[in-house]
Amino acid sequence: MTIPTSSIEQVIPGQGSMAQPESAKPARVRRQRFRFVRNRKAAAGLIILGVYVLLAIIGPWIAPYDPSARSNDLVQGPSAAHWFGTTHLGQDILSQILVGARSVVYVGFLAGIIATVLSVLIGVTAGYLGGKTDDTLSVFTNVILVIPAVPLMIIITSTLNNVSDTLIAVIIGLTSWSWNARVLRAQTLSLRRRDFVEASRASGERTWRIIGFELLPNLTAVIASGFVGTVIFAVLSEITLAFIGVVNNGWNWGTILFWAQGQQALGQDAWWWFVPAGLAIALLGMSLSLINFGIDEFVSPRLRSAGKTKVRTTSGRTVRMRIGFTPVLSGAPVVEEPARIATPVAREAK
Amino acid sequence: MEPVLEIRNLNVDYGLGDRAVHAVRDVTLTLHKGEVLGLAGESGSGKSTLAYGMTRLLAPPGVISGGEVVYHPAEGAPYDVLALSDRALRQYRWDQTAIVFQGAMNSLNPVHKISTQLTDVLRAHEPKMSEHSRTARAREMLKLVGISPDRMDAYPHQLSGGMRQRVMIGMALILQPRVVIMDEPTTALDVVMQRQILGQLIELRERLGFSVIFITHDLSLLVEFSNRIAIMYGGRIVEEAPAATIYRDALHPYSKGLLGSFPALRGPRRELAGIPGSPPDLAGMPTGCSFHPRCPRAFEPCPTVIPVLGRPDTPDGAGRSVACWLHPAPVPAAG
Repeated sequence: MTIPTSSIEQVIPGQGSMAQPESAKPARVRRQRFRFVRNRKAAAGLIILGVYVLLAIIGPWIAPYDPSARSNDLVQGPSAAHWFGTTHLGQDILSQILVGARSVVYVGFLAGIIATVLSVLIGVTAGYLGGKTDDTLSVFTNVILVIPAVPLMIIITSTLNNVSDTLIAVIIGLTSWSWNARVLRAQTLSLRRRDFVEASRASGERTWRIIGFELLPNLTAVIASGFVGTVIFAVLSEITLAFIGVVNNGWNWGTILFWAQGQQALGQDAWWWFVPAGLAIALLGMSLSLINFGIDEFVSPRLRSAGKTKVRTTSGRTVRMRIGFTPVLSGAPVVEEPARIATPVAREAK
Repeated sequence: MEPVLEIRNLNVDYGLGDRAVHAVRDVTLTLHKGEVLGLAGESGSGKSTLAYGMTRLLAPPGVISGGEVVYHPAEGAPYDVLALSDRALRQYRWDQTAIVFQGAMNSLNPVHKISTQLTDVLRAHEPKMSEHSRTARAREMLKLVGISPDRMDAYPHQLSGGMRQRVMIGMALILQPRVVIMDEPTTALDVVMQRQILGQLIELRERLGFSVIFITHDLSLLVEFSNRIAIMYGGRIVEEAPAATIYRDALHPYSKGLLGSFPALRGPRRELAGIPGSPPDLAGMPTGCSFHPRCPRAFEPCPTVIPVLGRPDTPDGAGRSVACWLHPAPVPAAG
């Protein structure tokens, strides 16, 4: 933005009395750098997610009880001693939630990373290379796509005994990359014929460089939202596996729901048993969705709203800014330095 | 001459509050009946923003921060377009003021026939019209812009660029608006096609009697086709005069620079002079006259005080105005 200004100064040095003071520059740079966080949706999502990640790290240490330890307070409602109440065995539900967060966040992110890496590798390669490679990879992707993921996971996890969180994450990651791969392939197909890609191909750039430096930056949004979507899917899958009792090693929110369901928590009016876990899942999903919206708006200027979108018009109403009906702002027009009428000095100088 | 459209002190911003960029500042311009008013200036001088601002077609974050656009209808009292309700604005558009957009030939929908796209607006604005008379009007319009009516059922890709451009012009004229705004309508075409289309436009204007605001950065084009020319720089109008006057004797150094940057077809050969530097950053305008950092004749008041657009102190000063300290205005020009 500042280039024209400086070039004017270059043309006529010494006359660079610009209206914009130097001090205005750092502010603009800072605004650019934190633009993603300045988006309210993204900021809210990041804050909630940050709390979850923090809980995942310190949860087991700050948990007031051992989540598996039994006590004599059976199926007690929330109290000072047990904030979220207790289970049928007298276990503290708050501790279970806190300890369970680690497994949920860990599995979610690991599975998300695995699936994203696989989808980028397969989708972009298929889209860019085309031909036989594309055919083969597309068929492979489509086959994986139509295999129902959750039943497959159930079969795999139930044949192995004592599955670790890492193994669950790997299984989820390996079964959930195909949709993103298809999206990425389609986007790559549209990008690879654009002029700037053709130009770099014509100038002899290597394939890996075209993919890495010309295509991938343009796919960032798709990859990022794919990652966020996969994390949501992975979290829900893990909780599903735990909820139906296929996986039962250590605590996660699905395990809590499994016991709540098994012990008829709903019938016993023990709402504290399942509501905290359910809310924790919903909030995590919400934070990831908010981040996803934030990414969309960050990348696509059409979706982005420049801060305020509602303005007051001269008719006194508050309207949303939209194309085709440019609002006429209320209030006095821009006040500027009033132009003085010609002075005698000006005439003489002429 | 009676005015059709009067723009008074129009201010258009991008963004709100402190971050707003003032893209059009204090523009006052009058379009008279049946005239072609040329609007020229460098890229980024606010020409298109002015056109979209006065029709309220700016996309967010564009807002109109002040001014009036008074339209004088054929019958009835004049009204401010900026004060119209959404519904009234819809009625007003195309019927009274039509616009041909920049790169208009790519604005046609590729999956619909020309005929569908031409009659669509009739369906919206004149719902009582019969299917038959709609088609007849569309055929007539095509003939007017020089396309054989048997191309009615063609799709946009079956037409050449120039034909598509003419379809767009025909489409803009189909409701017989009194004002047509053309935003660089011929930029993507070759000079032969430009001339042909503009010749046709002038002919149509004589026949149908509409007024044209013609936006371009090609001043030579304007000198030939327009009645009056307004030169914009940094969001303001810096000079406005009859086309021949501006061509013969431009007062503002910026207009002189623009005129000096293209060759004359006839007459003695002369050195072409460009304008040094580049257009100002609208977010950080120079103080005073925004042209002063590039102006070869800048002197003492230029960097501090903004010159007001007014009647110059030259013998032929009537009917023209300029915003320059070389020709200080004793009284600001009215309307």
